Amino acid sequence: MEQIRCSEGTLFLSGAFTKKQVPLLHFEAKRLLRHHQVSRIDPSGIASMDSAGVALLEEIILWSSHVKPVMLLPAVPEVQAVMDTFRSVGIPKVKLSLRAGWFEQTGHNFLQRMKVLYESLLLASEICYWSLVGILNRKAQKRGSTLQQCIQLGYNALPIVALLSFIIGFILSLQSAGQLRNFSANIFIADLLSITMVREMGPLITAIIVAGRSGSAIASEIATMQVTEELDALRVMALNPIRYVVVPKFHAITMMMPILVAFSILVGELGGAVIALGYLDLSLHTFVTRTIEIISLKDLIVTFTKSTIFAWLIVIIGAHFGFQVKGGAEGVGKATTASVVASIFAVIIADAIFSLLYL
Amino acid sequence: MSSIPSEPIISVRGLEARYGEQVILRDISLDIYPNEVTVILGGSGCGKTTLLKNILRLQEPVCGEVTMLGQDILGCTEAEYDAILKQVGMLFQNGALLNSISVFDNIAIPLEQHTKLSRDIIERIIRVKLHLVHMSHAIHLLPSELSGGMKKRAALARAMALDPVILFCDEPSAGLDPLTSAALDDLILDLKKQLNMSIVVVTHELASIHRIADRIIFLEQGNLIFQGTLSQAKQAGIPSIETFFRAGKYD
Repeated sequence: MEQIRCSEGTLFLSGAFTKKQVPLLHFEAKRLLRHHQVSRIDPSGIASMDSAGVALLEEIILWSSHVKPVMLLPAVPEVQAVMDTFRSVGIPKVKLSLRAGWFEQTGHNFLQRMKVLYESLLLASEICYWSLVGILNRKAQKRGSTLQQCIQLGYNALPIVALLSFIIGFILSLQSAGQLRNFSANIFIADLLSITMVREMGPLITAIIVAGRSGSAIASEIATMQVTEELDALRVMALNPIRYVVVPKFHAITMMMPILVAFSILVGELGGAVIALGYLDLSLHTFVTRTIEIISLKDLIVTFTKSTIFAWLIVIIGAHFGFQVKGGAEGVGKATTASVVASIFAVIIADAIFSLLYL
Repeated sequence: MSSIPSEPIISVRGLEARYGEQVILRDISLDIYPNEVTVILGGSGCGKTTLLKNILRLQEPVCGEVTMLGQDILGCTEAEYDAILKQVGMLFQNGALLNSISVFDNIAIPLEQHTKLSRDIIERIIRVKLHLVHMSHAIHLLPSELSGGMKKRAALARAMALDPVILFCDEPSAGLDPLTSAALDDLILDLKKQLNMSIVVVTHELASIHRIADRIIFLEQGNLIFQGTLSQAKQAGIPSIETFFRAGKYD
């Protein structure tokens, strides 16, 4: 049976007007109203209705009253009750899309970035301040948390740092060995390897591993604590979240990073030594003395300074994204990803700056 | 109120629920009738929320039977279970709105997933549902930008999105101010009267119970100790129920 019928300017509606029928009726009504002029709508035939039905009825009224207003006849009481409950008349319409123009968006994004930068600088200063205070005054920190963080951020990273550094040292030497051999400059493998490992690869490889391993852990831990209101709870207990959560990590990473870098350089040299001794026929004595000779004190100071700076960048960026988290589980994932990307980026930029300053 | 109960819309027989070794619900049998507001009450930790979750099969009971809308909930297939769920709305204790999308999109989820309605119709429905819970202004906000009470109201709008036959509300008025809470009670009564919904409410707000309850179910430490109308409950002479109702009276 036809549920929507039109005769003599009256639109007769009948049957069920529920979610199931509405998509079809929607189409039907549109088609009918294109050809007919309606002045009255008679919903008395409607047997059952839900909110979708009411919404459709309102759409129909809207379409048919563009010339002159239509009259809506009463429906049976049960249906009328549903219609009264789900009436959208008088509820203000809202703009559904809130998209801004290109310029507005660009400007907005720029301001947003500046704000983020400002906030992260603020956080960085706060972290540095409390870290300095925290060296002497350990009251607001969990006991043993710095040691625990040292194990987690430093000791547990040793195997992966060792493996990657060994492979890098090995590959570097392998790639250069052929060229050096052509010029009978075998001895220079020691110079090449130690300069690369000490000045660049050691700190950089370690920083990237630490950013991926510990930076993400810091960001996700703080983000989760933020989402579950744990940081608020700390605050209520009169604890400063930065002192309680971030400072032990900051101390731990400051202590562990130089150790990791030194370890990385040593293992990298070891990887290179395999090629130098095995393929380029250097003696162990020559390799070691040459390596030690070529490294200056300045190189070592710059290396350990920059690795400490890298470590601080990683903690501060991780903490920043952790504190900034919005939303639930998804927000934590986003914050973690963003922190890793940002900290690797920051580490490489800082490395470039160091290379330019201390060539 | 309804003195001649019709066929129950939900019936639970011999339900037992455990959490590990701990027994949360012991041999629960109850009936919930159509077009009534059934209030499940009892002290904190007596298993009210667990009962709701077990009835809806969100947690599997150890044993027992649940029949809802004529379907055996625990024994039916996944498709049959889905079909029942589409006729049911549930308001969770903390709202449980999806945090990464706006209120509008949250309410749109069931409408977009389970119906073929066009965007205009869906938009109209969402506006009406939000208006009913007095949340029209929050349509574009994210759940993290809402207060606890607002989250709850938005979640109620989502629970009502598909015009369910049965609406479960887990502590709808907890954490709300008295005015909003009273408005919510009026809404529940409206839903019952005008749309013939059956509503199951878990609460321990006495004022709310007096306003809305047709039938109450009283739980105590995992046991069902009473089911019947409010006046029957007061005359039943069960000490813990009397204490419960006396506790709310300050005068």
